[in-house]
Amino acid sequence: MASVVEQTPPRGSLIYDPRVRGLFFQAVLVLVIGFLAYEAVTNAAENLRRANIASGFGFMEQPAGFDINQAFITYSSATSTYGEAFVVGLLNTLIVAVIGIVLATIIGFAMGIARLSKNWLLAKVASAYVEIVRNLPLLLQLLFWYNAVLATLPSARDSISMGAGFYLNVRGLVMPAPVYNWDAFAIPLAAAIGLVASLVIRRWAKRRQAATGAQFPVNWTTFGLVVGLPALAWIVLALFGANPIAFDIPEQGRFNLTGGMQLYPEFVALVLGLAIYTGAFIAEVVRAGILAVSRGQTEAASSLGLKPGQTMRFVVIPQAMRVIIPPLTSQYLNLTKNSSLAVAIGYPDLVQVFMGTVLNQTGQAVEVVVITMLVYLTISLTTSFFMNIYNRRIALVER
Amino acid sequence: MTRPDPADAKRFVRTEDVAAMAPPRSVSGPLVWIKENLFSGPVNTAFTIVVAWFLFWVLPPIFDYMIGDAVWQGTDGSACREDVTGREVGACWAFVWDRINYFIYGSYPADLRWRPNLFFLALAIGIVWMLWLDAPRRGLGAIYFFIVVPLLSYWLLAGFPAIGLQNVPTGLWGGILVTIVVSAVGIVVSLPFGVLLALGRRSRMPIVRLVCVIIIEFTRGVPLITVLFMANTMLPLFLAEGMTVDRLVRPLIGVAFFASAYMAEVIRGGLQAIPKGQYEGAMSLGLSYPKMMYFIILPQALRIVIPGIVNTFIGLFKDTTLVSIVGIFDLIRTIESARVDPNWAAPSVNYSGYAFAAIFYFLCCWGMSWYSQSVERRLAASEKR
Repeated sequence: MASVVEQTPPRGSLIYDPRVRGLFFQAVLVLVIGFLAYEAVTNAAENLRRANIASGFGFMEQPAGFDINQAFITYSSATSTYGEAFVVGLLNTLIVAVIGIVLATIIGFAMGIARLSKNWLLAKVASAYVEIVRNLPLLLQLLFWYNAVLATLPSARDSISMGAGFYLNVRGLVMPAPVYNWDAFAIPLAAAIGLVASLVIRRWAKRRQAATGAQFPVNWTTFGLVVGLPALAWIVLALFGANPIAFDIPEQGRFNLTGGMQLYPEFVALVLGLAIYTGAFIAEVVRAGILAVSRGQTEAASSLGLKPGQTMRFVVIPQAMRVIIPPLTSQYLNLTKNSSLAVAIGYPDLVQVFMGTVLNQTGQAVEVVVITMLVYLTISLTTSFFMNIYNRRIALVER
Repeated sequence: MTRPDPADAKRFVRTEDVAAMAPPRSVSGPLVWIKENLFSGPVNTAFTIVVAWFLFWVLPPIFDYMIGDAVWQGTDGSACREDVTGREVGACWAFVWDRINYFIYGSYPADLRWRPNLFFLALAIGIVWMLWLDAPRRGLGAIYFFIVVPLLSYWLLAGFPAIGLQNVPTGLWGGILVTIVVSAVGIVVSLPFGVLLALGRRSRMPIVRLVCVIIIEFTRGVPLITVLFMANTMLPLFLAEGMTVDRLVRPLIGVAFFASAYMAEVIRGGLQAIPKGQYEGAMSLGLSYPKMMYFIILPQALRIVIPGIVNTFIGLFKDTTLVSIVGIFDLIRTIESARVDPNWAAPSVNYSGYAFAAIFYFLCCWGMSWYSQSVERRLAASEKR
């Protein structure tokens, strides 16, 4: 041990210096991780060589040779490659996620507000929904919808008619299919024009209100422009020419339904299961957010003479959104990640197609696992990046 | 109303008495409660009617199905088929009862099932010891739970020929036993590793922090199922030739890894909630970093986040069902394989199997969340003024 003769090194021995210790620990950590990585890589290379599996991403261009029952791009087992199978799986994942998020948000907000309702019965039913759904594994719920509910529906010849051309049978949900004519482009065009116009009006109204205090019914104008303009375009086109978007309505024949488009039971079960499951979590998020707005805010709003509806719209909801947005984001991410449970009921999502079939056929475990994980990681990180920006915009600015 | 002239404000002083108002008909009691909570206005009344109609439409059939028309006894599917029994048939509990041992133990040899039973008992003692906040010697309980129980369980379940417990390969394990093993391993491993990751993420050493951030964010950004696939297909690749990992251990590693990352974020929340003064106080006493964390910071931080930890456990417990996708015979998988048994071919067998699993998972998860809420209330008691 060094004796305390000199004053310059204030600490005793080197091993008690936190900086030296820090460096030492980090060096050990780097060495351990480096060693593990080296071992893993050399072993993997050796094992792959022994199993005669070429490494690299060349397999993406090889013909896939398997069928996918639901593809939103042209895909055929004869000509398509593994790369195209990957795109099909990715699109299927994204579509389920987007539809699931929309439905889960609707269910979640409805149930979250219902749980706070003054109506005792409604509040209790909403609580029962939340408690039951949250405490059961999602996989069990998906299997239930798929194997116990959808699989016991009647066959195509005795389809259950749900009105408006929607039919439910054991092969899924059959619904009217849109048929686009050449002039159908006018409708999205009208919507785009309406969107731009309403943004301009919004800006102008804001400036005018700041200058003169006069309000302009911005929300109604936006609604009219974004929804009304395309509807108007549709009606005008339909009156003066061919209907730009016709619907091919399924017809109940003697043995089968003809026409329309079909949503497969796997898709229906997955979307239903994800929306109901995530909806219960969103309901709790919404409830917590509304409860977090202190009563004084509501009381102050009423004392200013705002009507209950205005209080809700201008005072409570903007403040509740601050609390709601961050956990809502993670629920959206959870839903997207949970859509990977599709593999259990055979919906061809990214995991089922790529990590299941492609991995089994090619044996390219490392590449396939890395690609799949990177896809989810990219979705997660991008979503949270944009939600963080939005969150920062609406966050409370304290002075 | 016209505004009075201030000069004759006197006129507003009432001279005669006003007759007392009649008392309100009632201010409490069931009728008032019903009026206030169910029929306070037109909208409220409409809601009540719609919801009540919905309940009358939905509840009686469910009751009939689950209990009224249920079949309780029988040895094969014919007991639950309408064409055989000639009456309306609901849930087929006879099927669940016939397969209950398979659902609990999987294919674990029948004469050795006392070993899983003993494991359940040892685990239950540990859980009660850890969760009961007033239990005696909780420090000893932690040692029991984190060291004694895992070793004991391993010897009991897998076997220990030296003391006469013959080996039972993990391929024979199944059902609730595997569900409990997977979640228990996830819980026991994720707590200490979660603490380490959380401390690492808040460490001043940049490389340690970076490694922890990458592990946590990477794991939380991907679905559990991909982690399980990775453990299943890549783990054997990374090992040298001749080394194998048991089929059950691979998903265990994946689950433990995944749960640790989630646990780390919960614990980080607790660490951030500890006032800086606690750290400074500990440092001014001259405590080293491990001592400061062990004696001062972690006990307080963990106590704060008990509800969060329990919520993570609930999520983990539900997520263990995913091991069935990579071929492990947990409760879900045993139900999936039992429900397609041709001996039990009857329409309601599917519903009954899932209902049994639902009841099991609901009781476990609901019990955990009930516990976490009671702890939350108890911790909040000290905050009340």
